Amino acid sequence: MSELLQQIINGISMGSIYALIALGYTMVYGILRFINFAHGDVFMVGAFVGFYVAPLLIPITGGSGLLTALLVMLIAMAVCAALGVAIEWLAYRPLRSRPKLTMLITAIGVSLFLEYGGQLVFGPDPKPFPALVPSTMIVNSKHLVLNSNALVVIGTALALMLLLRYVVFRTRMGTAMRAVSFDHRAASLMGINIDSVISFTFALGSGLAAAAAILYATVYPSINPLMGLFPGLKAFVAAVLGGIGNLYGAALGGLIIGLLETLVTGYISPVYRDAISFAVLILILLFRPSGILGHHEAEKV
Amino acid sequence: MKRHRSKLYLIAVLAAVGIIARFETSISPYYYQIIIYIGINAVLASSLNLINGFAGQFSLGHAGFMALGAYTSAVITSALHLAPRTIVAYPLFALALIGGGLVAAVFGLLVGIPSLRLKGDYLAITTLGLGEIIRVIIQSLDFLGAARGFTGIAKLADFFWVYAVVAVVVFTIANLVSSTYGKGFLAVRDDEIAAEAVGIDATRYKIVAFVTGAFFAGIAGGLYAHFVTYINPSQFGFLRSFEIVVMVVVGGMGNIAGVIVAAAILTILPEALRAVAQYRMVIYALLLVVIMISRPQGLFGRRLDLKRLVRFLIRRSAPSGKGTA
Repeated sequence: MSELLQQIINGISMGSIYALIALGYTMVYGILRFINFAHGDVFMVGAFVGFYVAPLLIPITGGSGLLTALLVMLIAMAVCAALGVAIEWLAYRPLRSRPKLTMLITAIGVSLFLEYGGQLVFGPDPKPFPALVPSTMIVNSKHLVLNSNALVVIGTALALMLLLRYVVFRTRMGTAMRAVSFDHRAASLMGINIDSVISFTFALGSGLAAAAAILYATVYPSINPLMGLFPGLKAFVAAVLGGIGNLYGAALGGLIIGLLETLVTGYISPVYRDAISFAVLILILLFRPSGILGHHEAEKV
Repeated sequence: MKRHRSKLYLIAVLAAVGIIARFETSISPYYYQIIIYIGINAVLASSLNLINGFAGQFSLGHAGFMALGAYTSAVITSALHLAPRTIVAYPLFALALIGGGLVAAVFGLLVGIPSLRLKGDYLAITTLGLGEIIRVIIQSLDFLGAARGFTGIAKLADFFWVYAVVAVVVFTIANLVSSTYGKGFLAVRDDEIAAEAVGIDATRYKIVAFVTGAFFAGIAGGLYAHFVTYINPSQFGFLRSFEIVVMVVVGGMGNIAGVIVAAAILTILPEALRAVAQYRMVIYALLLVVIMISRPQGLFGRRLDLKRLVRFLIRRSAPSGKGTA
């Protein structure tokens, strides 16, 4: 029983990280109808920014603590937001009117570029991520280990999601985002600057990915240039599972994937850890392609 | 008339391959290996070209089909204890290759079925996922050597086998897509709804493309296994799939000759760039992005016109005596 509880806590903490990444996929999809394959690699860059910034910050803030962690996260988010905007501007914008396949292949190219460029710049071997938040054991019995990190991850992710909800549903820019995702032409006729809305969306999504990366590195303190691949793919599955284009769907999908994955790892075999999310993806696409919370979109001629 | 001619062409190429194969011992082993890899990659790229270039279905799981073919044929030849340079070995090897191709084709059918409902991005990720699932399953099967790999495969594939397969695959695909039936692939790629409206069974075409492409990829996998004699699941990861996609994109989707040339160039390039090996994947990645932005039809466009290329090169290199280019 307590083992199950343990798995569920781990699953929710992992799931909330997937949810943050999935939000970036789903927002970009909602606006451009395009899957940003490079999103998982922006996540990776976020972790490395944290890795290089933390040792610089610790002498200034005087040791690790919540303040340092917060600053590291904000810097990583800012850098990745800029990176996301730059990627969109350089690689995706010139292709916006071209067939979707062109953009997809470009996104794969950008993804590979970040991965292997990362191997050149950061070095291919795993690096230890510094502990930003002192981790204390809250419960440490034979059956249940509850680390403060899990709570920090869940709490931060929840706070960021609420913030995102505020931005999307309560601010002017958020309204513009929703308008653009509804109809590009009509939105631009209403005086919305489509380009800046798309840039803003990329900034927002990439920032969330960077935050997710810092949280991920807090839980798994070993980072490498290929680390973004599987979290990226799983978050994508989460976005599709919840219904791509739907913010609540992404959060829900993330939690489901996180839980499922830890349960499979714990009760069946760690070998299937990476395969299970793909199996979920194939099933959901076969039986309910619009996802749990998505709505069906008829194809128009 | 045209078909008759292309059959002659196939026989001529096979004969040429047979003659060249007599001299294979005089090539240095290093170059020999590269030549073999070019052939295997040409088969992989051509078969993916059928799916991606002609039928317009974006697949990222080609390495999975290759793995299925490699493992199936390796299991068959190992069970039969085939030894190279014996008379029985070669016909049985051919059957093993076809067996590998058939297993891959069955999985191609499984992938083809979701492709009826999915398109573009979704299909890409689903095929990527299926490729990974195939890899994970092989990795968990102990009789296939699990993560340790499958060792002791007889070295049955040689120049003749590889290039005979290249000739047959290219011949089949070229004839398939230029036949009246094959025009349907292009119709499905260009506009599925319009194609359906004029009575083309898009579903059927997509499945045919996946099954045929997977079959040939499985055969390429079999050749690969029987050339390197040792396979393990990590050789068939999604990076392998990406490499094949890059070959198709660089060569030009739907350009048969271009894709083969691209397969050759992209096989030689990493060897030529040994000194800067760590930049290889970065260069690949940049190549993808730059080609997509500047030349989405691939380096050689829809068609690689050899005659025009030769004429162009001659005009370039000839002394411009008349003063006009």
